[in-house]
Amino acid sequence: MDPVRTLVVWCPDWPVTAAVRDADGELPEHLPIAVLDAGTVYACSEPARAEGVRRGQRRRDAQAACPELVVVPYDPVRDVRVFDPVVDAVADVAAGVEVLRPGVCATAARGPAGHVGGEAAAAERIVDRIAESCAVEAQVGVADGMFGAVLAARAGVLVEPGRTPAFLAGLDVRVLGRPELVGLLRRLGIRTLGAFAALPPGDVLARFGFDAALAHRLAGGLDERLLAPRSLPPDLTVSAEYDPPVERVDTAAFTARTLAEELHELLLRHATGCTRLTITAVTGHAEELTRTWRHDGVLGPAEVADRVRWQLEGWLTGARRPTAGIQTLRLVPEGLVAHAGFQRRLWGDTGEDADRAHRSMTRVQGLLGPEQVFTAVPSGGRTEGDRIRPVPWGDERIPTLPVDAPWPGHLPVPVPVPVAAAAPPVHAVVRAADGAAVGVTGRHEITAPPATVATGTAAPVEVVRWAGPWPVEERWWSAGESRRLARIQVVLADTRTLLLALEAGHWRVEATYD
Amino acid sequence: MDGGPADRGTGRGPVPAHLVRSGGVRAGSALRDGVDRLLPVHGELRSLLPEGGLRRGATVSVAAATGGMSLLFALLGAASSGGEWCAMAGVPEVGVLSAAEYGVVPERFALVPYPGPEWWTVVAALLDGFGLVVARPAGPVSPVLARRLAARTRQRGAVLLVHGDWPGADVAMRCSDPVWEGLDAGRGRLRRRALTIEATGRGAAARPRSTRVLLPSGRTGPGSVAPLPAAAPEVTVPEGFGAADEAVG
Repeated sequence: MDPVRTLVVWCPDWPVTAAVRDADGELPEHLPIAVLDAGTVYACSEPARAEGVRRGQRRRDAQAACPELVVVPYDPVRDVRVFDPVVDAVADVAAGVEVLRPGVCATAARGPAGHVGGEAAAAERIVDRIAESCAVEAQVGVADGMFGAVLAARAGVLVEPGRTPAFLAGLDVRVLGRPELVGLLRRLGIRTLGAFAALPPGDVLARFGFDAALAHRLAGGLDERLLAPRSLPPDLTVSAEYDPPVERVDTAAFTARTLAEELHELLLRHATGCTRLTITAVTGHAEELTRTWRHDGVLGPAEVADRVRWQLEGWLTGARRPTAGIQTLRLVPEGLVAHAGFQRRLWGDTGEDADRAHRSMTRVQGLLGPEQVFTAVPSGGRTEGDRIRPVPWGDERIPTLPVDAPWPGHLPVPVPVPVAAAAPPVHAVVRAADGAAVGVTGRHEITAPPATVATGTAAPVEVVRWAGPWPVEERWWSAGESRRLARIQVVLADTRTLLLALEAGHWRVEATYD
Repeated sequence: MDGGPADRGTGRGPVPAHLVRSGGVRAGSALRDGVDRLLPVHGELRSLLPEGGLRRGATVSVAAATGGMSLLFALLGAASSGGEWCAMAGVPEVGVLSAAEYGVVPERFALVPYPGPEWWTVVAALLDGFGLVVARPAGPVSPVLARRLAARTRQRGAVLLVHGDWPGADVAMRCSDPVWEGLDAGRGRLRRRALTIEATGRGAAARPRSTRVLLPSGRTGPGSVAPLPAAAPEVTVPEGFGAADEAVG
């Protein structure tokens, strides 16, 4: 699938702009301003940058570089709240606006370009509209795919259709925004996106993992959708009703976290991840507020929680706050992709080990074929073979039959190891002391105590101790599927301990106690 | 400032004896390594391993005698319950239920039943991603190949557990004298097994160690390997006790 022609609106140094706009004229724009998060510079204004203030600098260093620096604390909610009118302004020109993060939003380029007359005209119209309704400076970029469009917006260029890979090729790998991967690539001597994109995709996945494969696609100007987008399974929307309605910001924050975890669990169960999230809130007066957030990569539970919290706080504290509290909150995951790569939880990150294991299994699947690598799911059943269901690695882990049913006739602990399902059955000859073949009567009684057991083609071995028989009758109501067998445990003189089954007059080794 | 001969003496003198005993004179990083580099095993197996656990990077072989598979699962159990990922290559019989009794978590247990003629490439790939890898070699293993896989194991900080013979294993274990309890001449059922485990090896493991335990003990999880009761009484089965209703339920 070709990447969608995307138009991105970028407001430079948004945290600073938001702080200035929020201060209502008390913070003159021409001063050097820095927004600080946890003691380091999160964003700074152009005059501050000219004085040598940089992102990530400590407060003291920043103030040493620029003594007259005005310092403002970082506030993610302020960023969202001030950005909301900007998104509305863009929505006046184009439909289906998605927020990437405060300060950046995107839309499909085709719509506005069509009715305004060209992408350049559409870009101009959007910049004008933002300037007149919010008095905010914005830049617009157009390219094929979201990743290219964001970089085009930062450069303020319209990349012609089909020229996106060439536009990206010259850029530094650092724009990928994955510090660990970028460090690795730079040490390997790969400094531009073009050089990274030239690597074979299979090798990138095998060597660097799922996230790097995603980055590799982005670098090549391809769409971020690594795997085929899944058709929407039944309904993955999570929603919550609030009585009394949520009006306070701290309640909203708490709500956001539980709902995010719920959504994450639901997506995990369907083995999907979402790349977009639509948040809908309905107030007590039936006002409906909706905003779509987009993320490059799969949204984890913490990312979902943050976005819901910001959005709710933005709505509840914004200039156009609803007239009543929020009664219903709905999270709709969109842009679903099937993935098993990094599944993180909000509490306790077990993702790295899982990612490593997954990568190594992918490699073994590459060596042997996908069906050669299994995990096993405990399943319901009576025989040892039924009680475990091998599932190819990466498939859904669903038991064939419920495990927690009683299953009368199954063996208690210790459980033996069943013979391999794929191997031919190992026949056994069970004889009594007088040499007669041992059988089991219709009343589940053994005809004679077993004295020797010969398995396969081996010589008979003396039975030291034995127990049984235990009958298993399954599906006697169905002619084709009915099964009737009797099982005994034998300890042999050569220390082997076996579970033998008699079915249709023949003994075979069903499992071994090793 | 000069502290005088007396001060210098205490400063440079021999390390106090109690510090040496406790192993306290080490670099901070080495201390952290000691904690992180040891994977736990069930209580009764600790005495078989020189460090009381599976050291990351070690190669452990378990002879393919009766009880070998159970011992391997028991060695995986504690680490798997603690969150480690385990893989098993070359073992076609899927004993996951049996493994689960010893505490192996099926969700984090991968199986490659038929790794093919070049099984070592599969084992090498598994060592990259899994904390513990069980391998059953298809045929005898040359010392060169064993050294190469052992080096890979060391470098990746994994533990390679081999079912069969392995030249140059750090710890080599063997089970013997299995005695099942719980059944007799048609009565009762298999309940637990007394087993002698011997361990030798290289370096710190060179001194032979041996223990007799119940494996399996009839319980699951950490209790699946239990000490032998002092008097080791045979489980007596009451006369006339029905075999079928005893086990079926």
